[in-house]
Formats: sequence, C-alpha cells, structure tokens
Amino acid sequence: MGYSLEGRTGTWEVVCGLEVHAQVISQSKLFSGASATYGGAPNAHVSFVDAGFPGMLPVINQECVAQAVRTGLGLKAQINLFSRFDRKNYFYADLPNGYQISQFEHPIVGTGIVEIELQDGTIKHIGITRLHLEQDAGKSMHDQHPAKSVIDLNRAGVALMEIVSEPDIRSPEEAGAYLRKIRQIVRYLGTCDGNMEEGSMRADVNVSVRKAGEEFRTRCEIKNVNSVRFVMHAVETEALRQIEVYESGGEVKQETRLYDPSKGETRSMRSKEDAHDYRYFPEPDLLPLILEQEFVDALAAKLPELPDEKRRRFCDQYGIPFYDAGVLVADQTTADFYETVAKGRDGRLVANWISGDFFAALNRTGTNIETSPVSGEALGQLLDLITDKTINGRIAKDVFEEMVETGAMPAAIVEAKGLRQVTDTGAIDDAVTKVLAENADKVAEYKSGKDKLFGFFVGQVMKGMQGKGNPALVNEAVKKQLG
Amino acid sequence: MSIFELTIAGAAKALAAGSVSAVELVTAYNGAVAELNPRLNAYITVTPELALEQAKAADARIAAGDATPLTGIPLAIKDLFCTEGVRTTAASKILEPFIPQYESTVSGKLKAAGAVMLGKANLDEFAMGSSNATSGYGPVENPWKRAGSDARLVPGGSSGGSAAAVAARMALGATGTDTGGSIRQPAAFTGLAGIKPTYGRCSRYGIIAFASSLDQAGPMARNVEDCALLLNAMAGFDTKDSTSADRVVPDFAAAVERGVKGLRIGIPAEYRMDGTNPEIVALWEKGIEWLKDAGAEIVDISLPHTKYGLAVYYIVAPAEASSNLARYDGVRFGARVDGVDLIDMYERTRAAGFGAEVKRRIMIGTYVLSHGYYDAYYLKAQKVRNLILRDFTDVFAKVDAILTPTAPSAAFGLGEKMDDPVTMYLNDVFTVPASLAGVPAMSVPAGLSAEGLPLGLQVIGRHFDEETVFAVSAAIEKAAGFTPLPELRAK
Repeated sequence: MGYSLEGRTGTWEVVCGLEVHAQVISQSKLFSGASATYGGAPNAHVSFVDAGFPGMLPVINQECVAQAVRTGLGLKAQINLFSRFDRKNYFYADLPNGYQISQFEHPIVGTGIVEIELQDGTIKHIGITRLHLEQDAGKSMHDQHPAKSVIDLNRAGVALMEIVSEPDIRSPEEAGAYLRKIRQIVRYLGTCDGNMEEGSMRADVNVSVRKAGEEFRTRCEIKNVNSVRFVMHAVETEALRQIEVYESGGEVKQETRLYDPSKGETRSMRSKEDAHDYRYFPEPDLLPLILEQEFVDALAAKLPELPDEKRRRFCDQYGIPFYDAGVLVADQTTADFYETVAKGRDGRLVANWISGDFFAALNRTGTNIETSPVSGEALGQLLDLITDKTINGRIAKDVFEEMVETGAMPAAIVEAKGLRQVTDTGAIDDAVTKVLAENADKVAEYKSGKDKLFGFFVGQVMKGMQGKGNPALVNEAVKKQLG
Repeated sequence: MSIFELTIAGAAKALAAGSVSAVELVTAYNGAVAELNPRLNAYITVTPELALEQAKAADARIAAGDATPLTGIPLAIKDLFCTEGVRTTAASKILEPFIPQYESTVSGKLKAAGAVMLGKANLDEFAMGSSNATSGYGPVENPWKRAGSDARLVPGGSSGGSAAAVAARMALGATGTDTGGSIRQPAAFTGLAGIKPTYGRCSRYGIIAFASSLDQAGPMARNVEDCALLLNAMAGFDTKDSTSADRVVPDFAAAVERGVKGLRIGIPAEYRMDGTNPEIVALWEKGIEWLKDAGAEIVDISLPHTKYGLAVYYIVAPAEASSNLARYDGVRFGARVDGVDLIDMYERTRAAGFGAEVKRRIMIGTYVLSHGYYDAYYLKAQKVRNLILRDFTDVFAKVDAILTPTAPSAAFGLGEKMDDPVTMYLNDVFTVPASLAGVPAMSVPAGLSAEGLPLGLQVIGRHFDEETVFAVSAAIEKAAGFTPLPELRAK
C-alpha cells in the first residue's frame, strides 16, 4: 500500500513533481568565455557579455550543449535535434541583461524515464517531462553594507540544466529517492557535481493533494530547496498544510512558496496574481540550436555505464544480491573500487567486506575511498589470505583493524604476529583433549543431552589456540573426541 | 579642385600618388567639423586629436606600401558603434557617461584598414526614429535647404548624423545602422548612397542593439563605389556574433562596374500606394526607363504582403527593443538616479535616462509580449514576417533585383510629423519590407524634388547578393548623373 495522509475527512494522496536545477560542469559559461569554476574573488569571473554591457552578444558553448545531451541520454530521454533559446524577461539587480536566456518552447531534451527504488525494494518509474539549458543569475548580497546591496556576477551566465519531472511522485520517500537518483546519474555522467550545499543542485518542489480517484487539485511550488532531506520534509509539510486548508473549508491557491528549514514550514512568497509576466520570446541573438544525429550518437557511444545497468551487471557477473549491488553502485568511485578488488576473486566475499568492515572503517576514521588507510590492493590481499586459508575469518577481522590503524599490508601483519591458521590436526587434537579434560563436568552435561555446550567447547579450543585454529577442523575434532 | 570634392576612391588615389597626405586630408576635415558641427549637430562627440594621430599612422602605412583603399580616409562613426576609449551614447542620456572598453567588430575592421575616425555621429536615440529628432543630444540639421527657404529640415533617421556629416563634407564616408530604413531613408534625404547589407553580412558585435533580428550595419557615402569600398572592409563573419554569416565576402567594388545588361528588374505593384507623392512616382518611372535603356529587362511583380510590413515591423522591433533595453538599469554602467530601493532606482534612472520615443517603444514592446497578447501580436507578426520573406523569395526566382522608391517624400521640416508618431512611422513604408526579409537594399540619389531636395531610389537584391545591388545602383547613379550639392557644406 502506498503512502497516504489521514485527515479528518479521510485519506489523502500526495502528488508531487520536481524541477531540478543542476549546474553544468564546464570550463566556461553558457554564452561567454568567462570561467565557470566555483569560488574566486567576487566578480573575478565576469566578461562584458555576462555583465550585459551594450553591444555584447551571447555565443553558445558547445561543451555545455554536449553536457545537456549526455544528461538527456542518461535520463533515457528524447534528444531534440532542433531546440531554441528564448528570453525570459524580468528585472533584478543580479540579472544583468534584464532577461535570462533559457529554453521555453523547444527544450534540448524531451521526455524520459528515471527508475527509483524504495525502502521496501519496490522499483518505480518517474517520468521526465523535459530538460532545458539556461543561464544562472548572479548573487545579491544584502548584508555587506548598511544601506547598499552588493552584486557578485561570478555565477551569472553559468550553464544550468533544468530537469522537470512529471507529477509522478507520490510520497516524500519517492521525492527523496528521485532527487538522489538524478544526482547519482549526473555524477556518473560528470555533467553536474550534485553538490546541494554549494548550490550547484537545487530543486523546486510542486505539491498538491487529492482524494483517491480525483483529478489533480491546485498545486503550490516551493522554490529553491537545497537538500534531499529538506525536499522530503517540504513535501510532507506542504501536503499537510494543504489538507488542513481543504479540511477547514478553504481552497488552496496556486502560489509560489518558500521552505524554511529552521521552522520546518513553507510560507507564501507570491501568489499567482503577483506572478511575473516573463514575456518569453525567441532569443534573436542566437540561431536555433540544430544538432546532428552523429553528434548525439558519438556522445552516446562514449557514455559511461549508468548505475542501473551497472547494478544489473554486478548481480549477473559477480553473483551478488540486487540490494548489495545497489549499495556498491551508489557512486562511481565505490563501484570502481569494488570491481578492482573483485577482479579474479569471489565477488560475494568482496561485496560483504566492502559494504561491511570496509565502509564501517571509513565511517569511523572519517575517510573516503580515495583517502582510505586500506587500499584496494591491501584489501584484496587480505581476502586472498582468507581464501587460501592462511588465516580464518575471525583473525582476518583483527588483521583488518590493524591495517586500518597502521596502513600495513595484511601479509606482513600475519607474518609479524604469527596469525597463520593452524591446520595441523595433531595440534588441534591436543588442544581439544586439553579442553575436554579441563571441563569434565561440562562433558558429562553434554553427554546427558545438553547439546548447546558443543559451541562452548569449540570456543574454548579456539581461545586456547589464540583464534588461529581452522574452524572446520576444530569442529570436526571436537565432535570426534566427544564421541 | 577643393580637397572636399574628392570621393573615397579619389582620395585613396591621391593619397597613393602622394598628391595629398592623410594628415592634410584629416586636418581639412577636422576643420570642416569644427566649422559646421556647431550648426548641424551631426556629431555627438568629436575626436580631432585622435583623428590626427590616426592620420599620421596612415601616412606611415602609405609610405610603407601597406595601405588599403581606406587608409587615411576620414569617417564618421555612428554613435551606436562601441568605440574603445571613446564615449558611446546611442544618443541617449542614459549612456551619457559610458566609455566602452571594447571596440565593435565593424568599427574595429575599419580601424584595422587604416580608416580615420573624426567622431561619433548623432542619431535618433537608440536608433529609434526617422528624423534624428529623438536624439538626447539635440536634433541634426539637414545641410540641404528647400529652394528659397531657410527652414531647418531633418536629415532623416536614425543615421541622421552620419548622413548630414557626409553630405556637408564633414566626413568622406560614414557607418550607419539600418533596422527598418535607418541608412536608406537618411541617405535619400541628403543625396547620398547608402546600403543595408544582407542581415548577417556585418557583425553586430559591439553595436548597441535596437532590434536584434533586424539591426544591420552598413556604409553611407557620396556614391555607390565609395559604399562598396567601405562595405568591403566592414563585412565578414565574426565568431562573436552567432547571427553573422560564415560566407566569403566578395569584392563589392568590382561589382559596381558590372552593368545591368540582361538583368531582370522587378517593379512591385504594391509599392504604388495611394497618396504617394507624384514626384516620387515620376522619379521611379524615370529609374525604370534608365534601367531599361541600360539593357535590363523590366518585370512587373507582386509582393502581396507589403501592406502588412509597417504593422509587423512596429510589433517585432519594439518587442525586441523592450528586452534589449532592459539592461539600462543604472546598476553596472551609464547614468544612475538613486532611489529609496531597487525598483525606485530603476524607475528614476529609466524615467530620466530615456526619451519619449524610446519609452513609447518599450511600452509597445512590453505590451505585445505580454501574457494574453503575445499570440495576437508578436506571434501573428512573426507569421506575417515569414510571409513577407516568402514574397521576396518567390519573386527572386523570377527577377535579379527590385526597384522601388526609398521614401514617400523628400526631407521634411524639423517639427513636422512630430505630433503623431504614426505619421512618422509611415516614412519607413518602402524600406521596412526588405529589413523584415533580411535582404540587402540600397538607396541611391536619383533626382531633386520640385523644392530642390534630393530623392532616392531603392534597389533590393537577393540574400547575400549585394553585388547585383551595387551594379544596379551604379547604373541608376550613372544615368541620373546626380551632381547637386547641399547649401551647407565645407568648401
């Protein structure tokens, strides 16, 4: 059963669509040669084009176009060989031209599909309506001077992709899963860094509610929400607000709202009546954007393997469960790390170690795969020592902890500490004999039917052998001597 | 012979032969500017010292054998072209303090060819006007007078300062820009030749935009050959303007002497409008005879959507202008009038900085793009614009060029036609269709009105076929033998 909210008048369904603004990774801006890199002194990355000086003209950056196409391909979407730029007109101090160059009627990317996975393992498809290219605005700062606002145009003109979903999202969880999935895809593609904290990815959230079987009701748009958690919370908060409005006999008005994370609420920014009239019209300074099919094909041919495909391949190739594969493909670095270690080894063993002890160690030490004290090579060596029975699984965990602490290679640790597994049956038999002799009372209890004590004997034998006994052989010896 | 009698081609020969130096030529023209500009107001900014410096450099270049046909030629640059280090106003108060740190591609190309800039020519504010009366720096006076009258006449617009400067011998040639007739109509009003090339032939980079899909730079000069020499240097693909055409620039000067033998010249029925001045119609008939005599075949043609040209133009151009002029907000450059908050600052700055005609067009443009009106106005206008383009494409399958009058009247008096903007807009009736279609069109002086004022004929050609336009215009020029000179001029 899907997500729903209980109100006084019955059960409500939540309807949500997201508009994700993703800053394109590129050397220079969408229509000028100025640097598009993040940071820099205020107004250091500004050309006369970005600042809207008289007589300046935009020239499209081919790399930004390629990035949009790559993203479209990653979203399994229609690539429009004909697209066009339009001007979206409004006055603001950090919008130098008094218009934003965007794509209104003819976006570069059309409909597509994104697959999301929910906590319970359900797979759901969310439709993509479109993706279009547009320029970002600059930044106004109102806290630098008592009476004046200051403007930083470094971001003005940087390329953005606006990815619009269909209203297919039905719960905060789905909204979060969708946003994470979009972020994962653009990161895999290298088309956006997905850093929501730096603002290079942000979402406008459209929310409405309805009773089962109804048409869509009026929606509200919550602007510029900048984390997955906030998006999920904004969906729920806004849905509850709308339910309250309806159940108190009111009507939800179409409007733009702001989400306040500190108060956990949304509030009205402007109503439909105050909405800007953007006076869109085709940008006369640019020709329509015409792509050759060969250009798209060439980009498609070089597209990296995407998370969904990689996940399925991991299951097939390495025989690991679907869930585990999902964890490993969460980001490209982890997936690559897994494949490096899994090469020529037991994929399931590698998967267990990476998603278990290895991730736990990264968390504990506050490191990531690049800065981890345990390299892929070292982890691989450790797993080889287990596989060839040089050490047993119990000892391997101790060795791993030592690796995390010292950065030493596992073989060296095993040698230095004498941790090789004992497979000499004579030595094992002696250890068993000793334990049974020291625990004659427990042996008697065992023989009178207390089977659970078997484990106790094995534990004692392993303890006596400093954990180095081969577990299978120890089991066998205990069983034999107990008769 | 006075140095002012030389054309660009003639001056180039004299410079090459060493019979005159660039410094002498430019000194003479600096003098003419100093003498006549206080009366005619053809220049907003004059740059005599810079001109002299450039003249010295030109002499050195000529001596080194590295000259182009424009090296040392003194020009007026319309104050819509951004010029590095030289104030550029677009004739608007809102740009009064604006000194660009960059050079427009077209003025830069002329500079690179060794041409000398005498100053920045006056124009209608942001090139919006047909009389040069909307300039924020005062109107320009036409150096021509009606016979027996000292009434001040307009030079046309928007390139009125360029026209007056060349006509009064305050420059050998000038750059203009043409959005709906802004080169051709003032050329006709002042007895000059002027061509609006094909849209995309010259780069718009660094030219202050009025209506981006229509704006095109072009030359104005005393004859067709001089225009060809100037356009040779001005034209060419520019990676900084996405709408400029990546095409080879032919030698336009070579096309001037081609003749018209065997060419088919179309005469569009729709340009015989009711109420057109009979003098204009008579001149047009004369032009037809001249071309026939020169060996051209005359073909009656129809451009059925001509009557919608003005209406379409006065929707499309203000729409684009309303957006192009949004950047003049007092935030980053130009004039600013402080206010209590951002919106107040915008309102005060733009109220003080823009003149009445500019405000009118911003309002028209904003209106036609507004929600609920866009389809009825802007979208409909774009559709009709396509039909007008198709009129031309269809006709150019049958003819090589089209001959029409340039303007419905000769130059009018300053203050006339100023009460009703629509009367003023009617000036553009013959020039606007070619602008909407993006095809090249030239005005060439062809005769005098009964009052002794110059009248022009317009030659329209196929896209990127300026060569035929030059050839046909030269044939008319030759047949017309237009020699009268304006009363006010350097002698």
